[in-house]
Amino acid sequence: MEKFAPVKRSGDGQPVRYLIVDDSVFARKNLAQMVETFGGQVVGEAADGVTAISEYERLTPDIVLMDITMPQMEGIEAAEKIVRNYPGARIVMVSSVGYQENIVAALQRGARHFVQKPVKAEVLYEVIKYVMRDEQNAAQSAGAGA
Amino acid sequence: MRMELIQPFINSADAVLAQGLESPVSIENLTMEEEAYRRQGIAAEVCLTGDIEGRIIFDLDQKAATRFASRLAGAELPSTDGLVREAVCELANQIIGNAVTVLNDQGFHFRVHPPTVLTAERGSKSSEDTEALVMCLSTASGSVFMNVALRYHPRRAMEHAASAG
Repeated sequence: MEKFAPVKRSGDGQPVRYLIVDDSVFARKNLAQMVETFGGQVVGEAADGVTAISEYERLTPDIVLMDITMPQMEGIEAAEKIVRNYPGARIVMVSSVGYQENIVAALQRGARHFVQKPVKAEVLYEVIKYVMRDEQNAAQSAGAGA
Repeated sequence: MRMELIQPFINSADAVLAQGLESPVSIENLTMEEEAYRRQGIAAEVCLTGDIEGRIIFDLDQKAATRFASRLAGAELPSTDGLVREAVCELANQIIGNAVTVLNDQGFHFRVHPPTVLTAERGSKSSEDTEALVMCLSTASGSVFMNVALRYHPRRAMEHAASAG
């Protein structure tokens, strides 16, 4: 797999912590492999939306990679519930179903970005950098204000 | 069954398999199946409900499924590994998801249900309005059989007939 410059948390320089949510263990493993090549750390996995919410509360990861079509609770509903309680949550939807209505619904309910499956590592990498940029901007603003 | 419903699935299968395997894909056989579905190897089924209803089955023989899963996983997997079945489900999910994206943008609305592994040797017989189209996609890792049985929802079928004149 291609090598990427590590994406770190700007605040403390530590690896970005990921929660991966997908009902397919195969898809979770694939995503885990990818984020590890970005220098990230997978701190948790979930196979449905209900577990995703409890795992988010327990782990407070930096980024959630969230599938949409899942049993029990779908990804968009889970994303909405997480963001309602944690407005700073960074959730990236990762789904094979990428029609406009779905993307708009996910973004309106709090997701930060959308990546269509099959996932290309270079695409996910750019999205992760983009989504983590708000943290860098906040850190820079705090530095400028100090 | 109309080709306008089928074509997005063919295009999507071609694109997803070619990207995943990094090799060309060709369609070898395309037949209409009237008999009940017979499982050949490791098979995953995805159901659709809404404007278009029915099911799509992806079926790979054990060897092809193992090669395919190993290729996607980036490591050699044993043929007995549960990840091989998971890989077939994920393959079905990606192909159908990409096809659904195209159909939705054409104005069809429906829900895709999570893939399930088929364990029965035989499936239900297709009916007059849900005849199954079976195609064999040849790849460097082996053959992938796609069995598509879809029909318009009755309301959508009436609209379609009315617009056709």
